[in-house]
Amino acid sequence: MTRIDAKFATLRDTGKKAFVAYVMAGDPDFETSLEIVKGLPGAGVDIIELGLPFTDPMADGPTIQLAGQRALEGGMTLNRTLELARKFREDDDTTPIVMMGYYNPIYSRGVSTFLEQAKEAGIDGLIIVDLPPEEDDELCLPAQKAGLNFIRLATPTTDDARLPKVLENTSGFVYYVSITGITGSAEAQSADVGPEVARIKAGTNLPVIVGFGIKTPEQSRAIAEVADGSVVGSAIVDQIEKGKPVNEVLAFVKSLADGAHSA
Amino acid sequence: MPDDLFNSFMTGPDENGRFGKFGGRFVSETLMPLILSLEAEYEKAKTDQSFWDEMDDLWTHYVGRPSPLYHAERLTEHLGGAKIYMKRDELNHTGAHKINNVLGQIILARRMGKTRIIAETGAGQHGVATATVCAKFGLKCVVYMGAHDVERQKPNVFRMRLLGAEVIPVTSGRGTLKDAMNDALRDWVTNVRDTFYCIGTVAGPHPYPAMVRDFQSIIGKEVRWQLAEAEGEGRLPDTVVAAIGGGSNAMGLFYPFLDDDEVNIIGVEAGGKGVNDKMEHCASLTGGRPGVLHGNRTYLLQDDDGQILEGFSISAGLDYPGIGPEHSWLHDVGRAQYVSITDKEALEAFQLCCTLEGIIPALEPSHALAHVTKIAPDLPADHVIVMNMCGRGDKDIFTVAAALGFEMEEKD
Repeated sequence: MTRIDAKFATLRDTGKKAFVAYVMAGDPDFETSLEIVKGLPGAGVDIIELGLPFTDPMADGPTIQLAGQRALEGGMTLNRTLELARKFREDDDTTPIVMMGYYNPIYSRGVSTFLEQAKEAGIDGLIIVDLPPEEDDELCLPAQKAGLNFIRLATPTTDDARLPKVLENTSGFVYYVSITGITGSAEAQSADVGPEVARIKAGTNLPVIVGFGIKTPEQSRAIAEVADGSVVGSAIVDQIEKGKPVNEVLAFVKSLADGAHSA
Repeated sequence: MPDDLFNSFMTGPDENGRFGKFGGRFVSETLMPLILSLEAEYEKAKTDQSFWDEMDDLWTHYVGRPSPLYHAERLTEHLGGAKIYMKRDELNHTGAHKINNVLGQIILARRMGKTRIIAETGAGQHGVATATVCAKFGLKCVVYMGAHDVERQKPNVFRMRLLGAEVIPVTSGRGTLKDAMNDALRDWVTNVRDTFYCIGTVAGPHPYPAMVRDFQSIIGKEVRWQLAEAEGEGRLPDTVVAAIGGGSNAMGLFYPFLDDDEVNIIGVEAGGKGVNDKMEHCASLTGGRPGVLHGNRTYLLQDDDGQILEGFSISAGLDYPGIGPEHSWLHDVGRAQYVSITDKEALEAFQLCCTLEGIIPALEPSHALAHVTKIAPDLPADHVIVMNMCGRGDKDIFTVAAALGFEMEEKD
């Protein structure tokens, strides 16, 4: 049982929905980023999605692209991203960390080396955007074997015929992408999302968390009402981009978490 | 041709879109169903005679195929060695080989009921070809082009706009071809229902590398019968040479000869300022290592941490940090040889071609030609080299003028 499984068991017992927050590792710099990440659990975040910076984030909108560029320009690397997780783990051994990013930096490191290092650094799961089920042999299966969750994205284009394939090797939770588009773009509509979550839940016992296009506490609540939780990324990163102090960023995160938890 | 299929170099990709370990389908889940339906549609079209009849008709009457195979007599004489032929794909409608592939993809898009076409472009040749065919069929066309390339390829930007396309300058990342491809993918993931992504080279997720290769293979197929006409029945080229950015004109020339052991195959990458540690080049095979980008595993220019590096080349059409996965495989198995040519060498070949043959070549095939000028003198007179003159140089005259220190006044 990973920290992710344990977290959902607790949430289930207390009847609460999950709130997942995404931040880019090393944005705007290593120290500030670490301070923000350390503050997330206190702001009500149940699961941390830690972005691994990449030069070519094809599934991301301008906000997260720019965050990645800021991090890379500040000298962020895969090693430093793992270091950030390790430092977070010094004070927190329960909040799950999911690393989210693209395959090339991991492939470049070598899959087995990466998995060893990620596990050691206290990473619990992976969301790798450019690895669909067709490429499961690359990282998904080795990751599960190494004891890390591999969280798959399901999307509005994942039809009924394809859904079982998407769910087959998923673990931890299912991340439903609420819109066809990139991160931080169109607004998610809970009326559209509800039936889709039900469709996915018919095929799996895993929790279904919904992200992309959630920007406000109200949306966070509306989405959490029809799913097992909500994810916010770009709206938080946007606060960091604007240079807001850490306490203000965390206050904003808390409002989003409260939204989800009130569902 | 070998009788034994297992010894063939022409059977790839496998059902997972792999050429050896290269290729694949490294895309987000949103795009995966689209790619699968494209693959199914292409598989259907491949064996449908009416599809190829439509292609043949357009190739003949719209593009002007077959393009000539031209014996470059003065160049041959000047170099004093091998007999040099040029495959004149620069004479195609729109001035490059790109339209061979665009026609195929747009006909497929029409069969799939898609009404909006998106494309990425570097030098602008693929963008112009896409805008052209969209105009012909009355389809909406959106072209993503790096802001830097918009600046250095102004004539092509204007051409696309004349043809009714919307050209979107890409400023994300560093504003180059790879960023244009990122933004095209972002558009596609957003507009999945009505949009068809017309990729301009033999890269991207399966089935694009195989599909684009198949459409471009008309180049090599024509060379086969044209050379037999010129040199006698059964005569194959001894060496074929083509420039490589993504590698579509090269794949189109090479593919029909892969199983002819006696044909020497040479791909020419852009060496920029020189293939060295400074990475001021676009030679993915000679200066990169395998990685995953834009839907496929292939050789990439990248740093130690797997971050993608910007290429550098005087030629906007070669300025891409990756290369088609089939080239990566041909490189690793040793069936083709890959070399690099610097900006300076390409410029010299460009000028040589102008004055000796009366052909103003694009900077891309100037790289191939530069390699020909290196190898031809040492080869015997009965050695036949076919190089792919894959584009004409009108678009490049401003760049070349600047490089040669010739001032060209641009009126406002």
